[in-house]
Amino acid sequence: MADASDTATATGGADTHEEGARRRDFIHIAAVSFAGIGATAAVLPMIGQMAPSADVLAESTTDVDVSAIEPGQSIKAVFRKQPLFVKRLTPEEIAEANQVDLSDLRDPQTLAERTAEGNEDILVTMGVCTHLGCVPLGAAEGENKGEFDGYFCPCHGSHYDTAGRIRKGPAPTNLEVPEFAFTSETVIRVG
Amino acid sequence: MSIRLGAIIAGLGIVGVLFFWSLLPGAINYAPPEKPAYYAFKEKPVAPEGGFSFEGPFGKWDYAQLQRGYQVYKEVCAACHSLKFVAFRNLSELGYSEAEVQAEAANWMVPGIDPVTGEATRVPGRPTDQFPSPYENDVQAAAANNNALPPDLSLMTKARKDGTNYVYSLISGYGEPDPEKLAAATEKGFEIPTGLYFNPYFANVNIAMAPPISIDGQVDYADGTEATIDQMSADVAAFLTWTAEPSLVKRKETGWPVLGFLLIATMLAFLSYKQIWAGLKPKKN
Amino acid sequence: MSFAWAKTYEPQTGFTKWIDEKLPLPRLVYNAIGAGYPVPRNLNYMWNFGVLAGFCLVLQIVTGVILAMHYAANTEVAFATTEHIMRNVNSGWLMRYAHANGASFFFIVIYLHIFRGLYYSSYKAPREMIWLLGVVIFLLMMATAFMGYVLPWGQMSFWGAKVITGLFGAIPLVGESLQIWLVGGFAPDNAALNRFFSLHFLLPFVIAGVVILHIWALHIPGSSNPTGIEVKQESDTVPFHPYYTAKDGFGLGVFLIAFTFMVFFLPNMLGHPDNYIEANPLSTPALIVPEWYFLPFYAILRAFTDDLTIPFTSIVLVQAKLLGVIAMFGSILVWFILPWLDKSPVRSGHYRPMFKKFFWFGFIPCMIVLFICGGAPAEQPYVLLSQIATAYYFLHFLVILPIVSQIEVPKPLPYSITEAVLGDKDVPGGTDGGGDDPRAAVKGLPGKSPDDGSLQPAE
Repeated sequence: MADASDTATATGGADTHEEGARRRDFIHIAAVSFAGIGATAAVLPMIGQMAPSADVLAESTTDVDVSAIEPGQSIKAVFRKQPLFVKRLTPEEIAEANQVDLSDLRDPQTLAERTAEGNEDILVTMGVCTHLGCVPLGAAEGENKGEFDGYFCPCHGSHYDTAGRIRKGPAPTNLEVPEFAFTSETVIRVG
Repeated sequence: MSIRLGAIIAGLGIVGVLFFWSLLPGAINYAPPEKPAYYAFKEKPVAPEGGFSFEGPFGKWDYAQLQRGYQVYKEVCAACHSLKFVAFRNLSELGYSEAEVQAEAANWMVPGIDPVTGEATRVPGRPTDQFPSPYENDVQAAAANNNALPPDLSLMTKARKDGTNYVYSLISGYGEPDPEKLAAATEKGFEIPTGLYFNPYFANVNIAMAPPISIDGQVDYADGTEATIDQMSADVAAFLTWTAEPSLVKRKETGWPVLGFLLIATMLAFLSYKQIWAGLKPKKN
Repeated sequence: MSFAWAKTYEPQTGFTKWIDEKLPLPRLVYNAIGAGYPVPRNLNYMWNFGVLAGFCLVLQIVTGVILAMHYAANTEVAFATTEHIMRNVNSGWLMRYAHANGASFFFIVIYLHIFRGLYYSSYKAPREMIWLLGVVIFLLMMATAFMGYVLPWGQMSFWGAKVITGLFGAIPLVGESLQIWLVGGFAPDNAALNRFFSLHFLLPFVIAGVVILHIWALHIPGSSNPTGIEVKQESDTVPFHPYYTAKDGFGLGVFLIAFTFMVFFLPNMLGHPDNYIEANPLSTPALIVPEWYFLPFYAILRAFTDDLTIPFTSIVLVQAKLLGVIAMFGSILVWFILPWLDKSPVRSGHYRPMFKKFFWFGFIPCMIVLFICGGAPAEQPYVLLSQIATAYYFLHFLVILPIVSQIEVPKPLPYSITEAVLGDKDVPGGTDGGGDDPRAAVKGLPGKSPDDGSLQPAE
């Protein structure tokens, strides 16, 4: 408002009382505030559009038939566009996993905690190394299973045991076990 | 000066060419356009009695009607028409529960592969799948329909002028041409080719699609509504409006607060503008 | 540049002083659209559209970049990704409708901006460069809008691309090769779609660059005003901020109300239903029409219905198709020489009785007729009407304006902007009520001697 008085023709008739000044300021502050609120509100959908779209979110469950997996074998499925390892453990592998002293583990978990009750031989993990996201080896026949007979990530040398727990190397946590449940005797639904 | 003189000459030249070579011959041979014979039958789309619930700035979906429309699509239209931009999961927006959507999806056979042999086959749908085409490809679709390709219906109500009413009018508007008009039009060369059907709402009034809904009660509505031809046509038109623009109602609902906010903001901006200029106001003498 | 009384930027804090020494960006803004830019105090609402056009450009770039995150320029999936945006992407429908209607509103704003320039002769010296750059922006906008309309790969997209690239086929000798080179094939397909996408993404930034030049050129002489007379004294101007920032803020509000109303309640009204049908190279829509903002130029294109032949022979000198193309491009290119066609020393249409009549009763109806005919089928009476309107269009710019500006007797101009606003001759700076006789006080416009008989503006 100071600018008005600079011009030669300003009438100077504007209300110069305190109250008038406050009322004028209020209108300007309100107008600018509304512009700010509006701009913020307009930006929100522009940020939100980058979040996963409806079709991506809908792909968030995967059904896997585990009946054809022989003991000692594993299959790779896809869950949320990432590899999913489903492995049927042999009795020896189960025993090996249960022998480990929990206090030796970087991320202490028992095999039972990582499998579904009644189906302790079905190990479902993400095929994503918890270090930097590479796909560990060991799911396919003949691949390097690492020093602990589970999975081995070749990127930076993380070794996982038969229960998919981190034993050696830089990975901070065990291979992630996604939420899953048996929808029938042979089919699991992940996610 | 020279540029203006040049412009005047160029301007008169352009206008001369236009006038003597295009305008004058056109005016001498002036003939109002002769409408093709079928124009005598053309009708503008009409709305069903009572209109549609989603029309107007405050429109809302009538979910019962959309569900009925889906039933008509499933039992009648889907025999020939795909709905490729709509996924089964979208049905949850019509008020179906997750389990119902799952079961509904499994009723449809979608293109997939045999998990053992890898051969192309059809497998039960999952909620994430799109509605399948009843045909393997366009050639098969055309071959099965007298060489007329049944169009995808996902966007039909947006792909036609006054689309919702168009779909309603087209489906319920089959009939016989008025004999008097027919006699006059036949003289001008109008005919209904064999294999085509008369429908005054179609672009050239001869449509390849046989009347899809021909008798009352053709669909047995799950909610007990009486399935008249009119009812079924309106229901499927409503359903196809939803498939064409699922965000229709949400869009209008979002629009009101935005407009309200802008009205207040603009009023404030106006007051602020007037306030700032008040000091400059000239004294009227 | 600018006037002697323009306020200078004075950084208040240590930080702003530091910035001002290293990169005087705040100073630039202050002088461009801040209190440091003195603007005539008598601008009416027609002067709001420059700022609004800038807003539209930003809106289109922002929504466009967002759409490009979800769109794929491949004929197999382009239509499907557009539907993906409409159905699956969060607020995707809002982004697409805002972008599509934003293009229409951009053109509404630009057309009003151009009409302002035509009526108040904003193109005249010393503002020719602003006008020329504006015409360049308009041409770039047309190219951008055309290529953008192709991207959804609907029926109108495809056939629009085919017809418009076909125009280049009218050029003698090289036409056909040029057309094939433009679309990278014998008909628009993947190659065309991909290059259109690439250019559609690039050109808005080129436009932004030319807009900066446009504004730079504007700040050399300063804004024009509805009286058309030049600023003489400090009382003729007010600082851009807060006076015109406030006015433009209000204008933006009104614009946004109209814009959001279209986006939320009638988003497809300005589009064409055929573009919701996927492109089909085997079937042409019944009536191919461009987007509404191209209709007048499309009418000019179609006005030439017959070849130019030697009379009473069948020897063709120029084909009708080429004549139409020349006329269509010529109808815009003529704006490039407009500053030198209209030599009336008076700028504003208010003070030009003869010009005013031709503008309101000739040019405006002519544009309306062209607009209607462009969207109508190529049949009578639309063909005849579009031919008459096209003839008038060229007559108006090439014949009427030069002659009118020569013979017209303008109404007397006010002494100054202040006088025009206050309606009072007794203004500060004036000595004897009317000040010096403006005619004696001015030198002629550039390139014209003051004694050629025509009335000089007060400058």
